[in-house]
Amino acid sequence: MISAAFDYVSARSVDEAVSALTEHGDDAKLLAGGHSLIPLMKLRLASPSVLVDVGRLRDLSYVRDTGDEIAIGALTRYRDLEINDRLQADLPIVAHVAGLIGDPQVRHRGTIGGSLAHGDAASDMPAVVLALDGTLVARGPRGERTIPAAEFFCGFLETALAPDEMLTEIRLPKATGAGWSYQKFRRRALDWAIVGVAAVRNGRTGVALVNMGSTPIRASAVERALASGSSIADAARLAADGTEPPSDLNADPEYRRHLAEVLVRRALEEADGAVTAQR
Amino acid sequence: MKLELTVNDTPHVAEIEPRTLLVHYLRDVLGLTGTKIGCDTSSCGTCTVLVDGESVKSCTVFAAQVNGAALTTIEGLAGDDGLNRVQQAFHDNHALQCGYCTAGMVMAAVSLLEEQPDPTEADVRGGLEGNLCRCTGYHNIVKAVLSCGRAAER
Ligand SMILES: Cc1cc2nc3c(=O)[nH]c(=O)nc-3n(C[C@H](O)[C@H](O)[C@H](O)COP(=O)(O)OP(=O)(O)OC[C@H]3O[C@@H](n4cnc5c(N)ncnc54)[C@H](O)[C@@H]3O)c2cc1C
Ligand code: FES
Ligand code: FES
Repeated sequence: MISAAFDYVSARSVDEAVSALTEHGDDAKLLAGGHSLIPLMKLRLASPSVLVDVGRLRDLSYVRDTGDEIAIGALTRYRDLEINDRLQADLPIVAHVAGLIGDPQVRHRGTIGGSLAHGDAASDMPAVVLALDGTLVARGPRGERTIPAAEFFCGFLETALAPDEMLTEIRLPKATGAGWSYQKFRRRALDWAIVGVAAVRNGRTGVALVNMGSTPIRASAVERALASGSSIADAARLAADGTEPPSDLNADPEYRRHLAEVLVRRALEEADGAVTAQR
Repeated sequence: MKLELTVNDTPHVAEIEPRTLLVHYLRDVLGLTGTKIGCDTSSCGTCTVLVDGESVKSCTVFAAQVNGAALTTIEGLAGDDGLNRVQQAFHDNHALQCGYCTAGMVMAAVSLLEEQPDPTEADVRGGLEGNLCRCTGYHNIVKAVLSCGRAAER
């Protein structure tokens, strides 16, 4: 399968990328690892007339300790997250989940920024960033702004980014020693999650769901129940509250609701266990 | 656009359309047909090549994205002294039947062994999860890769 023709621009800086987006408007798209965009282009479900390649911006590939937070450059590839010592110490869930995405070849190309900007409800990293209550940093022609993860995912493959904005950094509160769990339910090793759950117990409890609606979402009812003292089992019963899970070859909505409850319970139990085990 | 790549230690310069996929450049322009196209949807891994030493699925990379990089394809593994050790291990362990997946499997295994020189069986199975084989049932492939680990040398 061959994509529609396009003009190719290799950006040498964020400013260059943003100017190219500004110049070409809606017809232009950023290209990071290409592991969401290229499959869509080959199927001609996406046909941008200009591709702005940001894949060479190695200075946007980093994991930095900024005090209470860890800052991750948008162009950091999954492979580099998976083996990062700082993440393994302070945000082990991020390193762990990076290692569960696709297969090694995908992890050598795909970037955390690309995954978030794509905003696919079936992707793993958006749920992790939601559960951690992260902040996203975007650069556009009018400068830089920050967007809370909870306000980032707006609709099916739609995010709060404007067409001329680029995601540059992801800021995540450290979760050193916190309980955490990621439950990815799938039939075969390299598959996407049929349903996934990210849970972090770090004073507050953050829980987010994969593939339970048109966007990555928080399990807000579960979080509220836990905050007001419910048991794990009772809170988990609310996992599918307010969700509209999709129907596809793998599962119908009812099965997904059931999975959500089971996986939220497992995730919260494992997160608690992890805390106990570390003490 | 102008593309400059080093493939199996040989520099190449070409004028390509930006939409040219890396696998098409390798097969159709350079004639390196050892790299196969199995699924064309980034699922099967037969198109795996190394870009700066790391495995990638060349059906899901535009050649333009790796402009300037050093690539290795299956044709680049064997030296004057014969097969590369992973190729030899596939041969010795009967790790192929029809052979369609083999080039991709070998390239994925080379990348895996680079990252984990001493893999366990679970590491090998996990490390090859992006490569499908319709013939062998994987058993001998795993055996071949394990035989390249340090543990096997001891
Ligand atoms: C075989 C296969 C299996 C996979 N399995 C999984 C899986 O199990 N779980 C999972 O979560 N994902 C999976 N993925 C998707 C993978 O995670 C993608 O790499 C990721 O979703 C996109 O990252 P990218 O860097 O490749 O982005 P690209 O494909 O380059 O871009 C994706 C979109 O985001 C935009 N974009 C990219 N970077 C930026 C930026 N910095 N600022 C603004 N916009 C930007 C692009 O314009 C495009 O619209 C799989 C992909 C493949 C091919
Ligand atoms: S042809 Fe590239 S993964 Fe199948
Ligand atoms: S040997 Fe036939 S597909 Fe693997």
